[in-house]
Amino acid sequence: MLKTINCTVNGRAMELQVDVRESLLDMLRNRLHLTGTKQGCGVGECGACAVLIDGETLDSCIYLAVWADGKDIVSIEGLTGADGSLSDLQQNFVDKGAVQCGFCTPGFVVSATALLEKNPNPSKDEIRRGLSGNLCRCTGYQKILDAVESTADQRRNK
Amino acid sequence: MEHKVIGKSVERWDAIAKVTGRANYTGDIPQKELLYGKICRAKITHGKVKNMDISEALKVPGVIKILTPDDVPEISFPTAGHPYSLDPKFADIADRRILTRNVRLYGDEIAAVIAESELAAEIAASKIKVEYEEYEFYLSPEEALKEGAVEIHEGTKNILAATKAEIGDIDTGFKEADFIVEDVCATPIIQHCQMENQIAYAYKDVDNRWVCVTSTQIPHICRRILGQAFGMPWGRFRVIKPFIGGGFGNKQDVTIEPLVVAMSMAVGGKPVMVDLHREEVFGWTRVRHAISYKVKMGFTKDGVITAADIEATSNNGAYASHGHAIVAKGGGITTAIYKIPNFRYRAKTVYTNTAAAGAMRGYGVPQITYALETFMNKVSIQTGIDQFELREKNLTKVNEENPLLHMVQHTMSLRECFAKGKEIFKWDDKRKSIDKDKNTASDYVRGLGMAAFAYTSGAYPKTMEIGGCRLILNQDGSIKLMVGATEIGQGADTVFSQMVADTIGIPFEWVIADAYTDTDIAPFDTGAYASRQTFVSGMAVKKAAVELKEKILQAAYDFSKIGNKVPIEDLDIVDGNIIQKHNGQILETLGDLALKTYYDLHSGSCLTADVSNKCTKNAYPYGVTLTEVEVDKKTGKVEVLSILNVHDSGKIINPLLASGQVEGGMAQGLGYGLAEELKYDEKTGKPLNNNLLDYKMPTFMDVPDLDVAFVEIEDPVGPYGNKSLGEPPLCSPAPALRNAIIDALGIYVKDIPVTPQKIIEALSENREV
Repeated sequence: MLKTINCTVNGRAMELQVDVRESLLDMLRNRLHLTGTKQGCGVGECGACAVLIDGETLDSCIYLAVWADGKDIVSIEGLTGADGSLSDLQQNFVDKGAVQCGFCTPGFVVSATALLEKNPNPSKDEIRRGLSGNLCRCTGYQKILDAVESTADQRRNK
Repeated sequence: MEHKVIGKSVERWDAIAKVTGRANYTGDIPQKELLYGKICRAKITHGKVKNMDISEALKVPGVIKILTPDDVPEISFPTAGHPYSLDPKFADIADRRILTRNVRLYGDEIAAVIAESELAAEIAASKIKVEYEEYEFYLSPEEALKEGAVEIHEGTKNILAATKAEIGDIDTGFKEADFIVEDVCATPIIQHCQMENQIAYAYKDVDNRWVCVTSTQIPHICRRILGQAFGMPWGRFRVIKPFIGGGFGNKQDVTIEPLVVAMSMAVGGKPVMVDLHREEVFGWTRVRHAISYKVKMGFTKDGVITAADIEATSNNGAYASHGHAIVAKGGGITTAIYKIPNFRYRAKTVYTNTAAAGAMRGYGVPQITYALETFMNKVSIQTGIDQFELREKNLTKVNEENPLLHMVQHTMSLRECFAKGKEIFKWDDKRKSIDKDKNTASDYVRGLGMAAFAYTSGAYPKTMEIGGCRLILNQDGSIKLMVGATEIGQGADTVFSQMVADTIGIPFEWVIADAYTDTDIAPFDTGAYASRQTFVSGMAVKKAAVELKEKILQAAYDFSKIGNKVPIEDLDIVDGNIIQKHNGQILETLGDLALKTYYDLHSGSCLTADVSNKCTKNAYPYGVTLTEVEVDKKTGKVEVLSILNVHDSGKIINPLLASGQVEGGMAQGLGYGLAEELKYDEKTGKPLNNNLLDYKMPTFMDVPDLDVAFVEIEDPVGPYGNKSLGEPPLCSPAPALRNAIIDALGIYVKDIPVTPQKIIEALSENREV
């Protein structure tokens, strides 16, 4: 069964027809071709599909598309500047070597963006806890930690 | 030699695409009229499919076709990502069918549905009715080897292979010993957990050949195996690898590729995709071999090894995959690290009804390293000889041939690694501090552990090693790099680009890399495994770069005007300019020269180099893990206070990427030592925790700060003095952590993962070391 929803995706107001069984992840990937959001498990365990829904980090694979009605959705594509420029956090992921295979990266960037929004001065432990819903098998998390810490430092010293 | 790009932490070329979500992985590429495939999996663990009724499944709206074993070729094929062997004696075991009537593990692939949507395919797969004949099943080698066990593969007695390697005479060696130590240990089945699941799609191309787009570490091998699986000429297939979300060996095997091609063949060449669930990847792709060891060694009273006898039994699961190669590697690795005059290494690989074990980062070396390094820890405790000293007494010597790997070890740097590690880690200070607190009555106890390893660079001489590289000088002086080696996240393409830039004399940014590996386009190379690419493929890249540079300089000479000619020996390329060597004067830019090579009316040509290089060398990297843990005696919880890996991988091409590799490997080693194990239900043979919630892969909160250091001793055979680095980092953390736990508690825990439960059990039994 299809249902019509109205939502904002990456700043654009949209009216969409979605299957009532469809996940927000499938809506983003298959209907809007926003393939930056990845599926790593499909059941909310790995965080590769993290998006912001009204500013909260959520796994879009276990969030129904119909629930997005009236919501403001931001995916990885919406975190890059309108002119295509990288956010300071994205730039730090690049500079600190926090990217390897890159499959978990969009989810981490989304989660860390929200983390720094809520807590501009996170301790190492707060970063670890705040990002513990995102799994990475390549990096051992070290350089992701470095990237988030550096971003917080730079923002403080601006 | 002075390097301008090698040794520098240049930014990986694909980083921006990845942080913005623009990097396209297999599932991100739009396909018109795409159909979806789902596998119908057996609901028993060992037996035969007697009858299959697909009538109800076919009624599901959106279902197009259902394939059963009758609909696919009756051809058995191998799946391991090994090079093809010209000698049938060494060929991989061909024990797979695209679909099977013989069920060898719970979830075996017995039918497949093609439908218009994934959901329809999934529903239909669940409606296929199957009648089975059930046999007894075996989850461990002991059970599979018992008298009268049903054969999982006919005629094997459930033994895939058994081998023995010997040096000297162990009886004599044990007679010469002043004391003998024995120990046993076991390692678990674990899983790669790369973030991108297996995903592939196939279609018939405009030239009527079959294209398979897949997340694979081994595109060229995959193409060959497709040829084998269908009994068709290999050239009828084309394999394309886009960006890939990790592999760690899980994708060094052919898994769903023959099936997606068979599915596309069944629907007239329309594209069909199979995108495995995480649970399927865990349960039914590949896992790491669980290996158990019996180790016995004789020593002189000074702690010098006189003899060693190691018996290893490896659980290969239901299909051969990489098979015996993994446990067999342990023998040569043992003699790569320790000098053992009298040695016997007996290895047996056994079929069971668990997931097929294949390649996983480390390829058997994490297992043997666990056995050796926990053993050396025991000897150190029993003799009172310092752990580092005991190992130093027994290290192999430089420039001696490894008697089992048959390659000379040009370096042996563990002494340097130990010294650097102890200094950075402040080992002696930590030791003093812990010893001081030893007698305070606290539930929290601290301990120190270390473990060393040796590894290899590539697979020569076990299998042939070949690398391919094509370079094209573009009109503006930039250079297109094409390799058959596979970028899977490790940064290989970035490192190859550095090699080209450094060797030719251009800025790094002028080298154009590529995410895609396409067997129609990429030079032949066997792919990402054996930590071979910077070493083996790097040799081809270097050769191609040297050749192209020579051609460029020749062109510079040829195009310069008579009377104005600089001798060719005096020409060089620096920072993208053709210069005169003796005075550094810039003669022209490489771009200006390139333009002439393309467009001069009378002479010149597009300059290229196309190299295929057989590598007949190997080099041994080494390293050590040092760690401090705190154990809560009440709960058995282990906190890793600090952990350091020191590596000798020769010259480090890109320190930032290299330290990233090491950190990732350390975290995997930490999971291996403390938490990870794929478990099976004894009653049904089903995997119990084949998901990321119940399988305990380390999260952000489980991993402490990871410290990394390098001892950069340039290797004489590596193309740039470099040796392998990809796999080594996860070899030594698990034994180091276990040794630290033993040190903290003063009790004996033999098997990994050292979970809180095992610690509490050992404490309650007060097991002595």
